[in-house]
Amino acid sequence: MDAKELIARRVAREVRPGSLVNLGIGLPSMVANFVPAGLGVFFQAENGVIGLGARPPEGMEDRHLTDAGGGFVTAVPGAASIDSAMSFGLIRGGHLDMTVLGGLQVDEAGHLANWKVPGKMVPGMGGAMDLVTGAARVIVAMQHAAKGQSKIVPKLTLPLTALRRVDLIVTDLAVIEPTDAGLVLREHAPGVSLDDIIAATEATLIIQGDVPEMMLI
Amino acid sequence: MKGALKPAAAAEMIPEGASLMIGGFMAVGSPERMIDAIVARGVGRLTIIANDTAMPGRGIGKLVSAGLVRHIIASHIGLNPETQAKMISGEITCELVPQGTLIERIRAGGMGLGGILTPTGLGTEVEEGKQVVTVEGKRFLIETPLKADFALIGAWQADYVGNLSYMLTAHNFNPIIALAGRTVIAEADSIVPVGVIPPDAVKTPGVLVDHLLIRAS
Repeated sequence: MDAKELIARRVAREVRPGSLVNLGIGLPSMVANFVPAGLGVFFQAENGVIGLGARPPEGMEDRHLTDAGGGFVTAVPGAASIDSAMSFGLIRGGHLDMTVLGGLQVDEAGHLANWKVPGKMVPGMGGAMDLVTGAARVIVAMQHAAKGQSKIVPKLTLPLTALRRVDLIVTDLAVIEPTDAGLVLREHAPGVSLDDIIAATEATLIIQGDVPEMMLI
Repeated sequence: MKGALKPAAAAEMIPEGASLMIGGFMAVGSPERMIDAIVARGVGRLTIIANDTAMPGRGIGKLVSAGLVRHIIASHIGLNPETQAKMISGEITCELVPQGTLIERIRAGGMGLGGILTPTGLGTEVEEGKQVVTVEGKRFLIETPLKADFALIGAWQADYVGNLSYMLTAHNFNPIIALAGRTVIAEADSIVPVGVIPPDAVKTPGVLVDHLLIRAS
């Protein structure tokens, strides 16, 4: 199993029955592959569909039905199509149960940076600021480090996405929960020791008692 | 609705330096024939207000590639490397706006509101230079309304009086910009007799639409 699949399989365990969930493009979108059918979960794509389904069969794509990355998708029974005001009303208005986003950095306050690297990459925030501000639960799914640099840092050096503290960080090494006291190490990945995690993390981690191995779907 | 125009005649109405709201999310739901006609006319120094700039060769990406764009107000430009390059070189200026804020600013412009109050962007770069107010103990940014000289709409069906309906994720910004353009030009996949679109399925009433493009040949 590669690192991305491991992260997606762990995040999938956070998806609750009957919830409305928004998955960011890239790694977060892989989570849908591991959510068991029959949970009654609706996935929202912020470009305008509630009830996003899997990729359509080759040659049967509809150019009017894509996800937020522009890729062809299907819709599940019970799906609804909506305009952008309704879509972001759901997000900002507190109607979205959970969002899973990628991250560039998360710091000890649980603040996320994921929309800009000044001078290098300015893609824009898209829906990220609204999602982090408005979703009932915010999960960051990302690799623990990029190019040998820890993405979990004492204080953000990249521009903030929102003032709101994220609820959970899932990486290829660990599950970390931001709390009032700081970043609490909750789980370790299979075959990864706590020393490995501490060495790979620039931020201070709080370790309370036993840290179990990640349970995966 | 004043009748159906050829794309070239519709593009003739747009002067140098005009501001255009254009529907579409990664070009899904964008009025492609209208955009092609603007590119053919070569009218420049345009301000584009839209969710994104699609990608080279599709939707708004064609206006960017043709060098017709001076200023962009969008939420995401990361999937069009030409927009990024032109922004870095200074050929294009760009205001990045959170997606939920952008659509509500357009809605405010179209619906006669003096702006919106949103928590999105508080404490981030988006807050810079803006007024913050407290309402019922919560802090909000004041965001100003947006209007444009033209709204260019991509619809699924239009009828002879200009009523419009949309398909799946091709709604996105289209029904909202229809109120915020001083002149509204709609392009539909098909034009159908009055009554074919049931009143309950009309998302943009024809009274908002100034011109339709003639059917595609």
